Amino acid sequence: MSAAPAYSEDKGGSAGPGEPEYGHDPASGGIFSSDYKRHDDLKEMLDTNKDSLKLEAMKRIVAMIARGKNASDLFPAVVKNVACKNIEDPNQLIRASALRVLSSIRVPIIVPIMMLAIKEAASDMSPYVRKTAAHAIPKLYSLDSDQKDQLIEVIEKLLADKTTLVAGSVVMAFEEVCPERIDLIHKNYRKLCNLLIDVEEWGQVVIISMLTRYARTQFLSPTQNESLLEENAEKAFYGSEEDEAKGAGSEETAAAAAPARKPYVMDPDHRLLLRNTKPLLQSRSAAVVMAVAQLYFHLAPKAEVGVIAKALVRLLRSHSEVQYVVLQNVATMSIKRRGMFEPYLKSFYIRSTDPTQIKILKLEVLTNLANETNIPTVLREFQTYIRSMDKDFVAATIQAIGRCATNIGRVRDTCLNGLVQLLSNRDELVVAESVVVIKKLLQMQPAQHGEIIKHLAKLTDNIQVPMARASILWLIGEYCEHVPRIAPDVLRKMAKSFTAEEDIVKLQVINLAAKLYLTNSKQTKLLTQYVLSLAKYDQNYDIRDRARFTRQLIVPSEQGGALSRHAKKLFLAPKPAPVLESSFKDRDHFQLGSLSHLLNAKATGYQELPDWPEEAPDPSVRNVEVPEWTKCSNREKRKEKEKPFYSDSEGESGPTESADSDPESESESDSKSSSESGSGESSSESDNEDQDEDEEKGRGSESEQSEEDGKRKTKKKVPERKGEASSSDEGSDSSSSSSESEMTSESEEEQLEPASWSRKTPPSSKSAPATKEISLLDLEDFTPPSVQPVSPPAIVSTSLAADLEGLTLTDSTLVPSLLSPVSGVGRQELLHRVAGEGLAVDYTFSRQPFSGDPHMVSVHIHFSNSSDTPIKGLHVGTPKLPAGISIQEFPEIESLAPGESATAVMGINFCDSTQAANFQLCTQTRQFYVSIQPPVGELMAPVFMSENEFKKEQGKLMGMNEITEKLMLPDTCRSDHIVVQKVTATANLGRVPCGTSDEYRFAGRTLTGGSLVLLTLDARPAGAAQLTVNSEKMVIGTMLVKDVIQALTQ
Amino acid sequence: MIHSLFLINSSGDIFLEKHWKSVVSRSVCDYFFEAQERATEAENVPPVIPTPHHYLLSVYRHKIFFVAVIQTEVPPLFVIEFLHRVVDTFQDYFGVCSEPVIKDNVVVVYEVLEEMLDNGFPLATESNILKELIKPPTILRTVVNTITGSTNVGDQLPTGQLSVVPWRRTGVKYTNNEAYFDVIEEIDAIIDKSGSTITAEIQGVIDACVKLTGMPDLTLSFMNPRLLDDVSFHPCVRFKRWESERILSFIPPDGNFRLLSYHVSAQNLVAIPVYVKHNISFRDSSSHGRFEITVGPKQTMGKTIEGVTVTSQMPKGVLNMSLTPSQGTHTFDPVTKMLSWDVGKINPQKLPSLKGTMSLQAGASKPDENPTINLQFKIQQLAISAQAPADDAHQSHAAIVQTHQGASRIALQRR
Repeated sequence: MSAAPAYSEDKGGSAGPGEPEYGHDPASGGIFSSDYKRHDDLKEMLDTNKDSLKLEAMKRIVAMIARGKNASDLFPAVVKNVACKNIEDPNQLIRASALRVLSSIRVPIIVPIMMLAIKEAASDMSPYVRKTAAHAIPKLYSLDSDQKDQLIEVIEKLLADKTTLVAGSVVMAFEEVCPERIDLIHKNYRKLCNLLIDVEEWGQVVIISMLTRYARTQFLSPTQNESLLEENAEKAFYGSEEDEAKGAGSEETAAAAAPARKPYVMDPDHRLLLRNTKPLLQSRSAAVVMAVAQLYFHLAPKAEVGVIAKALVRLLRSHSEVQYVVLQNVATMSIKRRGMFEPYLKSFYIRSTDPTQIKILKLEVLTNLANETNIPTVLREFQTYIRSMDKDFVAATIQAIGRCATNIGRVRDTCLNGLVQLLSNRDELVVAESVVVIKKLLQMQPAQHGEIIKHLAKLTDNIQVPMARASILWLIGEYCEHVPRIAPDVLRKMAKSFTAEEDIVKLQVINLAAKLYLTNSKQTKLLTQYVLSLAKYDQNYDIRDRARFTRQLIVPSEQGGALSRHAKKLFLAPKPAPVLESSFKDRDHFQLGSLSHLLNAKATGYQELPDWPEEAPDPSVRNVEVPEWTKCSNREKRKEKEKPFYSDSEGESGPTESADSDPESESESDSKSSSESGSGESSSESDNEDQDEDEEKGRGSESEQSEEDGKRKTKKKVPERKGEASSSDEGSDSSSSSSESEMTSESEEEQLEPASWSRKTPPSSKSAPATKEISLLDLEDFTPPSVQPVSPPAIVSTSLAADLEGLTLTDSTLVPSLLSPVSGVGRQELLHRVAGEGLAVDYTFSRQPFSGDPHMVSVHIHFSNSSDTPIKGLHVGTPKLPAGISIQEFPEIESLAPGESATAVMGINFCDSTQAANFQLCTQTRQFYVSIQPPVGELMAPVFMSENEFKKEQGKLMGMNEITEKLMLPDTCRSDHIVVQKVTATANLGRVPCGTSDEYRFAGRTLTGGSLVLLTLDARPAGAAQLTVNSEKMVIGTMLVKDVIQALTQ
Repeated sequence: MIHSLFLINSSGDIFLEKHWKSVVSRSVCDYFFEAQERATEAENVPPVIPTPHHYLLSVYRHKIFFVAVIQTEVPPLFVIEFLHRVVDTFQDYFGVCSEPVIKDNVVVVYEVLEEMLDNGFPLATESNILKELIKPPTILRTVVNTITGSTNVGDQLPTGQLSVVPWRRTGVKYTNNEAYFDVIEEIDAIIDKSGSTITAEIQGVIDACVKLTGMPDLTLSFMNPRLLDDVSFHPCVRFKRWESERILSFIPPDGNFRLLSYHVSAQNLVAIPVYVKHNISFRDSSSHGRFEITVGPKQTMGKTIEGVTVTSQMPKGVLNMSLTPSQGTHTFDPVTKMLSWDVGKINPQKLPSLKGTMSLQAGASKPDENPTINLQFKIQQLAISAQAPADDAHQSHAAIVQTHQGASRIALQRR
């Protein structure tokens, strides 16, 4: 190493960098060269009242400490100033700096002071100071690990923090101090998931890898029913596609599809994690992408893991170090989930400019990906690689060919022929490597390849690489009966050169001699004895040992006959063919993306990735009990002032969800996190800086707001939810967070059930008449005046419906469409009679205009009392609704006698979203938490228009607003009547007359926003059809397409 | 997390070290030197080297090894990503990142490193915040500092760390509001001997230089966003908006940054705008071989091809080459056997060619392979994927968007 002298000289010359010798720049060298002289000055500076001087002084001290300089003589001054004074400084940056200085002093005496300071800072109003406190925790822990218990308390407190600034740092502290205390995470789990996207990149990595471990302990394996899924491959595929199409938020669909076949239902929290990490695959930071990739690999259901492949392949364009790490992980993944990377096969092709280590890893991946179909291309590619100048790489390629040959039977002969051709290569390394691989391949089918063995035998004269020689000898020995004439000759030659051989070759010579002696002792007896005698006096004890052992075995002596009788069995036992396996097999027991995985050895401090639990631990531990409703109104007011920024998500923000009518923050909670964190901190802050900050925020928000206003004009003032169309789990989150601890788990389950049920049963042709019946029954329910005062307009509307029904009889083609008082979905359960202690509540969407407010969907609620006591005072109690959604309550039902039932009508303005409306159903004694979630088809009302109008409107809603999907109509649903019936049963749309026979057109307007929804179904005779929905509301459009297709194809 | 950082030049000298926790002895780098020696080329030094008590993670950029020392389990990409960020920051501060520059600015380097990590955990890695804390050196400031004895440490408080938009400074003011967006696309293609494309993929980036006052909120839309197969964003881009509307909406950082990088899949076959004709022959038992290559344009849509360079690794048997180019300059390094030819612009009327003979090692047998030819070139004002930002609407701001520069850098391999 030529560098060594310079290196040591350097070392001797100076204690370290940053010494005056480097101070070439006299100006900047200032603070370094004069550090020692200026201690007094530092003390003075710390004593002043000027913020900037204090800050400067502390920065210099930190710099000194960081270079390992002894700053202990400044110790009293710092502690006096910093710990006592500056930690209470009004400026948050000074407080933070003070803590940083204090915690960087590695003197044990300071531990109590540090502990105090950290505790104080952890409850500071400034999130930045709290962040610094989180950073100080590992420092103190490394100084004195006895403080662990106290530190855990601080960590627990900081984990509850709601700001993105703190989240990353505190999880890092958690991982360093108490990674085993997984119970601390429960209460903060949902919050961490929701904050994740806004945390800075480094924090994201730490949080994601911690959450991966957490999820492994708390949720059930999503792949436990994989075998079931595979049988039903088509359906599984359908499910995954659905997921893709709907993005996140489709978990209830997946969950709904699931229970029909299998008992596994993904925990909504599990889904929340997967959903919230997915966007991070688009991060610019390779570390974040890798972290998400490993999370998906370890946690996601098989069908969803595929999304990470694209992102990982993108990372292959990054720096070579990144490629190296990513390829290692891809290699492991590609063994388990080959299909995932198959479409990207070509991205792993090797470039001549790649460094060798990258080439070899890519080769590994290519080999893992090779299968029956792509093997020709892969082999052609390998052929090019063999001609490379990089010999290590060529050797690796030959190994790879060998592996392909063993894995894929079809190409075994081709590969073998190719390898035999390589035996005449000029490069000895290539030949040697080929021999080794050929040996392994021949073991699989030796009988047919006598020729190759003869060819190899000839090579012993030329090949010098020991491993190759040893391989040839082994082959000849093993299959000596296939080459009976050549084998003794080879032994003769080897005996001649025995002393000059490498150890590994010598051992194989002994082996060959022994085998030949057993099969052909006539010709080889003397040779064998000669070889054994040579070996007996060899320098290497292994060889001497082997020689003695072999002699005893094969040459019968007087006493030891027992073993030698079996010598043939010992030496010539049939041997199983070797399995050529990837070195990356089974590496996935290490968490992917970790250092331990990369090294394939446990690194210090590695936290094992636990196995999935058999039984899911209680999910209610993650429920946050503090009700958020009380803050709700506050928050809304505050929103005007504190403008949300980038944060896309927030913890328990269910109630205000979709309140934002601004399209800017299309994610329902976009605005919430900052507004909430704002409410958390700035309300209590009174510092000058914070006012400044507020002003800044204000300014920022003004501009945003004006922009939004502008947008509102163009986009109509319609609140809408994009992306996550609906999510029952969010709904349940919010409801559960409101409810008392024991109630929650119950009500959560309760809510999930009806929701999934409603999804699961698409309105089929059979169900449509049934529902009609129900609605007729409803009408009867209305008429008896004894029950409940029914709002008169409802009656009007029903009678109107009846009129229309009469009317439609005359025009048969338009029957089901023009009027659709048929409620789309049948009765759905709101409250089961067991849960309701005898009170059962169902609801239907009546599709009649609601009397009070045209924007409301009218919902008929049917109560029946199956208990033996009358239920009194039924009413809706304090609805806790996601903002924007409003409810027109039904009038109180004074009493419901046992066995009796009653119906009431209530209106819900769903704000054109499929979010659930959660409210309480109160009796005099009890309160029940219930939720109604509308199918998308119920959010609209039919409109009548002519064909021309339809075409005109459709022309305006092209491009992004048009969603087209192809489908196959089953035989059962080719007639006009059935198609129209199915569509109108799914969605409350009116039929538009149409000239051509195979085309169906429907039109409607969303209830709240009044946006047009146009649906066209173009059915061809063969059953192929195309469904087009044009709507400004893209989410509604997408969901509608899905629902209609489902209705039509089932 | 990250314990220490060593900067090692290619001759194996540690010229800078920085410790965030306790001091780790320099001798830990001996393991690195061993690995460096084993690997014949700098690129082949494994990025992760385990030693008995530490793990060494390194990146190699600008002929400098940045070696981080860690003691406990940490995602390797976390460290590697951070090291690259360090290099980017140095480049941002000093223009270039090289040994002499780092030595000249050692004080700033230390100050920056100190702020980037706290106890081994990244603290302030956004260049905006860093520049607020520590000012980048300029000649004027150096002079002033020499006279007044002050330092580069910023004297106002770094409020950026508290901001909800950590990547943007507050109170930015410009008299000329302007924003530039460069679309740079790279094709990476492998072409076989007969000229057919084996793989080709387009990788593009949009680099922006934004000089706008206040807190501008920008949107950028694409003519055909569906072309973009896979994208990754600067953290400032609102992801949800992209998901739902395929529009980039963001509050930009101040100054230069990479807004977006994207990938256009290889499925839509890329038209390679250039071709290479080659005639390379070695003869057995002769000490001479013939060498001839010609480069020509194909499907360039009227744009000129510039900055063409051809490099080729010749087989070991080639002792020397005597070649005459029709234009440009060429060199052949007899030690590394690397031939490089700097062609410059391609004139379609007179195609550039390189002709001559090779002298081969006497007695050596004919190399069994054809050398790989790497070809790099640029085309200004052309985006291969036909992707162009459709419009830039500055909503709260009247700003002038001056030009769109498009450039394509293409690396071809022919074998």
